[in-house]
Amino acid sequence: MGTTAFNAEFEKPIVELERQIDHLKRLAADRQLDVQEEIEPLEAKLAALRHDIYRHLTPMQRVQVARHPRRPFTLDYITTIFTDFVELKGDRLYRDDPAIVGGWARLRERPVVVIGQQKGRDTKDNLKRNFGMAHPEGYRKALRLMYMAERFKAPVITLIDTPGAYPGLGAEERGQAEAIARNLEEMAALETPLVAVIIGEGGSGGALALGLADCVLMLEHAIYSVISPEGCAAILWKDAAEKERAAESLKLTSDDLLRLGLVDEIVPEPAGGAHADPAEAAANLESALAADVEELVKVTPDELKRRRTEKYLRMGSYLEG
Amino acid sequence: MAWFLKDRKRRKALRERLEIPPDAWDKCEQCGHVDLSENFDRALQVCPECGYHRRISARRYIEILADPNSFIELFADLRSVDPLQFEGYPERVSRAVKQVGPQDAIVTGYCTVTGFNINLGAMEFAFMGGSMGSVVGEKIARLATRSLEAGIPLVIISASGGARMQEGVLSLMQLAKTSAMIARLREERIPYISVLTNPTTGGVTASYAMQGDVNLAEPGALIGFAGPRVIQQTIRQDLPEGFQTAEFLADHGMVDRVVLRSELRDTTARLLRMMQGLPSAEADD
Ligand SMILES: [Zn+2]
Repeated sequence: MGTTAFNAEFEKPIVELERQIDHLKRLAADRQLDVQEEIEPLEAKLAALRHDIYRHLTPMQRVQVARHPRRPFTLDYITTIFTDFVELKGDRLYRDDPAIVGGWARLRERPVVVIGQQKGRDTKDNLKRNFGMAHPEGYRKALRLMYMAERFKAPVITLIDTPGAYPGLGAEERGQAEAIARNLEEMAALETPLVAVIIGEGGSGGALALGLADCVLMLEHAIYSVISPEGCAAILWKDAAEKERAAESLKLTSDDLLRLGLVDEIVPEPAGGAHADPAEAAANLESALAADVEELVKVTPDELKRRRTEKYLRMGSYLEG
Repeated sequence: MAWFLKDRKRRKALRERLEIPPDAWDKCEQCGHVDLSENFDRALQVCPECGYHRRISARRYIEILADPNSFIELFADLRSVDPLQFEGYPERVSRAVKQVGPQDAIVTGYCTVTGFNINLGAMEFAFMGGSMGSVVGEKIARLATRSLEAGIPLVIISASGGARMQEGVLSLMQLAKTSAMIARLREERIPYISVLTNPTTGGVTASYAMQGDVNLAEPGALIGFAGPRVIQQTIRQDLPEGFQTAEFLADHGMVDRVVLRSELRDTTARLLRMMQGLPSAEADD
């Protein structure tokens, strides 16, 4: 795996040490030397460094981890956690939106419908995926697949990773607001279990449109926010450079949101974040998902709906009198 | 412009002569038409010249819609708190309370319209841009619950820039909370009419404002998910004329009707009477 890409200053020491180890390994292979003795302490140092740096991330650094270009995306999790994935496309109204993927799959043999926003790995891919920013068609496709899950009594699992719903001409013309509003209304009343996972960026209404669920999970270094720190800083302090301050204020990290009762569960990531060890990140998510689905399928649809509505009715913080 | 300047000068002189107080005159923000304030007011703050629908308060909408003296306010003692300890938020709320009143960004209650009962919410844009935080979400949820329990229709008049940033994801969750209640209304066949006024954008459009059995909009109102500036920055081109107006949304099938403010009460009453199987107001007399 290429280890040279980093997108944040705090990653530099990690990336440099990774390079040193790589270099040593290559040297050893070329000259057929045994460098195990030299490498072992370096790898231990790398693990400690990752652990240390990731324990002390500021909120804005966590935003950078959540947006990391090497972070596992929806299709990475779908292909590692699920089997039998059959992607289904299109909203049957206008077109297929590649910013959202979905279809049937099996989670430990149980048929489920899995849906998520898909970011691109490179520029070309991102052009196709629109950086994971869906148009109304994407949300309408998602809803179509959810109805199908409901009809065949399969749980729905959504993987959320988006900067937000796309703010463009066509998106507005075709009813971005209506598409999100409809998903919320329909998901609130869906008669099948819904599990949502914020795997990277949970960008406002565009994230929530797949995120109203019986059980909302959040990966340790994912973020969930009503507005991007940059946008918030520009509005409140007229200066996008105040994003650190905004990231701090918005309480967008997984521990903040768990404490506020807005997500149900945090899925731990390996030291150094999900991109340091995608297999371990996927394994952690798989066991969390399997456990939650196992619990939810025991509940009757009416009871699920009742609990879901009550859960959201409790969300809010105000004074009375 | 010459006639206009002259006109203004003449009026100024007239005003001085007759000792008319300066606030007796008003000027349309859209076309510059100057008229007596009472003429604007008689026209429900719609410009007599160009038809521009000016922004009015929540309480004025309630006056327009409700039968005289029938409105009883509910949940008036809900107050915003500062759940995230967000820099400057308590001060902004106090300022808004002082300038606009304690109702936060929505006034909720019940009233009659042409004699039958409704639950009515009207958003107050002057209160922090009509932003939806926990208080707005809770008031709407309680109002919808009341509709559900009493079996009476719900009407919400929206005017909002979206979710309230200073309450973070808590405010985002108000989209889910209000949507869950609108879903319940639909299941129980309780009519819900949404009225979108200038402006209705962001999280409010992406939840209850778009979920009406009928969505009505005032002429010229800005309605959209993303704000025009955000779209402009994203696509780096000018927005087409009339983009994101009420008429644009009606053309694109997102609102049922564009309704003049002077016809809002009548249209709402007619629809709700039919949706509930009641006789027409004329036959009811
Ligand atoms: Zn005018």
